[in-house]
Amino acid sequence: MDFNDTTEEAAFRAEVRNWLETNAPKDNLLGKSEAEVLKLAKAWQAKKAEARYACITWPEKLGGRGGTPIQQVIFSQEEAKVGAPRGFFDIGLGMCIPTVMAFADDATKGRFVGPAVRGEEIWCQLFSEPAAGSDVAGLRTKAVQEGDEWVINGQKVWTSGAHYCDYGIVLTRTNPDVPKHKGLTMFWIDMKDPGVTVKPIHQMSGGSNFNEVYFENVRVKDSQRLGTPGQGWQVALVTLMNERLAVGGATGPNYGELLSLARSTPSGSGSALEDQAFREKLADWYVQAEGLKLTRFRSITALSRGQTPGPEASIGKIVSANQLQAMSHEAMEVLDQYGIISDTELAPLEAGFQQSIFWAAGLRIAGGTDEILKNIISERVLGLPGDVRVDKDVAFKDMPTGL
Amino acid sequence: MNFDFSDDQKFLKAEARKFLDARAGAKVNRSVLDNPEKTHDADLWKGVAEMGWLGVAIPEAHGGLGLGHLELCAIAEELGRVVAPIPFASTVYFFAEAIMLAGSETQKAELLPRIASGDLIGCFATSEGPGAVTADSLSTTVENGRINGVKIPVTDGSVAQMAVVLASEGGKPGLFLVDLTGESVSGDILKTVDPSRNAARLTFSGAAAQRLGEVGQGLDLMEAVFDRAAVLLAFEQVGGADKSLEMAKEYALGRYAFGRTIAGYQAIKHKLADMYVKNELARSNAYYGAWALNTSAPELPIAASAARIAGSDAFWFAAKENVQTHGGMGFTWDVDAHLYYRRAKQLGLVAGAARQWKERLISHLERRNAA
Repeated sequence: MDFNDTTEEAAFRAEVRNWLETNAPKDNLLGKSEAEVLKLAKAWQAKKAEARYACITWPEKLGGRGGTPIQQVIFSQEEAKVGAPRGFFDIGLGMCIPTVMAFADDATKGRFVGPAVRGEEIWCQLFSEPAAGSDVAGLRTKAVQEGDEWVINGQKVWTSGAHYCDYGIVLTRTNPDVPKHKGLTMFWIDMKDPGVTVKPIHQMSGGSNFNEVYFENVRVKDSQRLGTPGQGWQVALVTLMNERLAVGGATGPNYGELLSLARSTPSGSGSALEDQAFREKLADWYVQAEGLKLTRFRSITALSRGQTPGPEASIGKIVSANQLQAMSHEAMEVLDQYGIISDTELAPLEAGFQQSIFWAAGLRIAGGTDEILKNIISERVLGLPGDVRVDKDVAFKDMPTGL
Repeated sequence: MNFDFSDDQKFLKAEARKFLDARAGAKVNRSVLDNPEKTHDADLWKGVAEMGWLGVAIPEAHGGLGLGHLELCAIAEELGRVVAPIPFASTVYFFAEAIMLAGSETQKAELLPRIASGDLIGCFATSEGPGAVTADSLSTTVENGRINGVKIPVTDGSVAQMAVVLASEGGKPGLFLVDLTGESVSGDILKTVDPSRNAARLTFSGAAAQRLGEVGQGLDLMEAVFDRAAVLLAFEQVGGADKSLEMAKEYALGRYAFGRTIAGYQAIKHKLADMYVKNELARSNAYYGAWALNTSAPELPIAASAARIAGSDAFWFAAKENVQTHGGMGFTWDVDAHLYYRRAKQLGLVAGAARQWKERLISHLERRNAA
C-alpha cells in the first residue's frame, strides 16, 4: 500500500508534465468574460487533440490515444495543476459524442467526432424539462413526423452551455399513446436552427450557468434520429451512463479555509476556533473530506491495476454537496452578525462562503438529487428493489400531470 | 497509486473470514454474553493463536510471523464482522503494541514470543473513573517499584495475566508492566453494556511494577499506543458496520408490510444508503490509518484520529439503524442486532471517546495549518 505511480505511470506523468510545461496556456483567467475564456479553451483543446491528449482512452482513429483510464486520470491531475481552461467540452465528449458514436451512421460520426475532439464544436444535452427532472422519462417535448422530417415543439431546462453550444442531443416524445418510457425518440440538432431559442436561467445564486431552450416548430431530418423511434430511453441511458464523469464533486471553500476563518474571528476572549462545538464539527468535516479524497484514491488504484472501480465512487457528490452547504452555514454562524455580508470586499475569503451557501443548494440537486442518488445507491449498489411504479403500464397521455 | 491491500493480503483476509465463519459468529459471541462468569471463548482464542494471528505484526525474531500491520488490519476487520468474544484487541492492539513501542530489548524478548504463541494475554489499564484520565487526575502511583491504585474499567482485566498500567512515579506519568496473577492485585468483573467482552476493576496493593519506557513520557506513550490501537479498532468497526448493513438489508428484503417488501420503501432504502456512505468513508479513512501505521508515517496521529472518528461514527450509525430496520424484532434478545449495538459502544469507547479524538485531530490540524 502506497501512493506512488507504477514505473509506467511515472513515465507517462513525466511525459505529460514535460508536454504541459511547454504547451499549457499561461493566461490568467481571472476577470475574463466567458466568451474570452471559451476562446482560450478552444485553442487549448485543439492543441491537446493534436498531441492526442484530448480523449486519451478513445481509439486513435477517433482522435484518441488508445490509452488507459489511469493515463486519463494522470493527465487530468497534471492539467488541473497548470490551471488551463477546461470544462466546456466535458458534456459533449463525455456524454453526447459517445451517444452519437453508439447510434449514428458512419457519415454522421465522421462529420462530428473530429471537430468535437478538437474543440471546434461544442455539444449540449437536452433532456430535463420543467415537468421532467428526476423523472426525465416524463418529458413532454413533442416530435411529430412529417415525411422525411420531424417537427419539434416544447421546452428544455437546465441545459449547461446551451448559449455557446453548436449542437445538442434532444430527447423527445414521439408517441403519447404508449407508456412513457416507450414513446421517446432521440435526435441530434443544430442549435442554430430556426425555432431554437436559448434563454439563460437566473439562478438563486444570482448567476446564470444554465439555460432554458425553447423549440418552436424546429424541423430536423429523419437522418438526425439516434436510434429507432421509441428507442429514445435506451439511447438516453447510454448518455446518462457517463453523467457521473461529467458532473464533478463540489468545489468551494474547504475545511482549511474554515479553520483559518475561525482562527481569525474573535469570540469571547479568544477566537472562534477555541469553541468546542465548532471544533467537533470541523473534525467531522475533515474526516468526511479526507474520506472522499481517499475513496477516490481507492478508485484510481483499481484503474491502476487494470480493474473496474467499485461502486464507492457513487458517494462523492452527495457527501461533498451537503458538506459544502453545512460548512457555509457554519462559517456564517462563526462570523455572527457580520456573516450576512456578501460584499466581496468586506466578507472574508471574498465572500466565498456567502456564495457557496447558494451554490451548494444547487449542487444537491444537479446531476441527481440527494434523494435520487440515495435511490441509486440502494438499488444499484445494495440491490434493493425499485419503488412501486404506478405509471408503468399507463399510456403517457393518460398519466396524471399535476403542475 | 496503490491505495489498497495486495492480493496476498486479500487472500489472508478471505482465509480469515472462512476460519471465523466456521469458528466464530453470533452463537460464539452469545456463549460469553449469556454467561457473566465467562471472560472469553477459550476455543476461539486457541484457534486464533494456532492461526498465528496473535503474532502477525510481531517480528520473527520475537516469535511472530513478522508480516506487518496491514495484515493485522485485514484480520481485525474480520474479527469485527463476527463480534469475536476474545481478548484480541487488548493483547495485540494495546499490550503488544505498547511493548513493541516502548519496551526494552529484554522486555521484548521475554514477552513478545509469549504473546505470539497465545501463552500470554495482556491488557492496557489507563482509566480511573468518569472522564478521560489526565496528568492531574492520575491517582495510581508507583513507589520503589510497587504500584498502588485502582483502574476502572480495564478491558480483559479478569482474563489477562499481565497489564501495561498508566501510573505516576515521583509525580511524573509513566507506563508500567504489572503481573496480575500475584496476590497484591485483585480484580472484580464489571457489568458493562457489552458482556461479550470482559472488563474489570483492578486494585493494585503494592504489586511489583516494571517501567516500560521513560517515566515522564507516560501520557505521550499512552497516546502513541492509542494511535496504533485506533487504526486497528477502526478496522473492527468497519467490519462490524458492514455486517450491520448486510443484516439490515437481508432483513428488509425478507420482511413484508403493507403488501410488499419493506426494502422497497424509500425510508428504508435511504437509511441503508446513508449507512453505505458512512461505511465507505470509514473504510477509506481506516485504509489511510493502516498505511500510516504500517510505514510509521509522521501523519499517524492525524490518520489514526480520522480513522477512529469515522469508524466510531459509521459503526454506531449502522448498529443503531440496523436495530431500527428490524423493528420490534430488533429489540429482542434473540435477534443478533443488539450484539453489534453493544460492540459499537464498546469499541467506540475503549481507546477514548470520539470527542477526545476530534479535539486531538483539530489540535494537530491547527498546528499544521499554522505552519
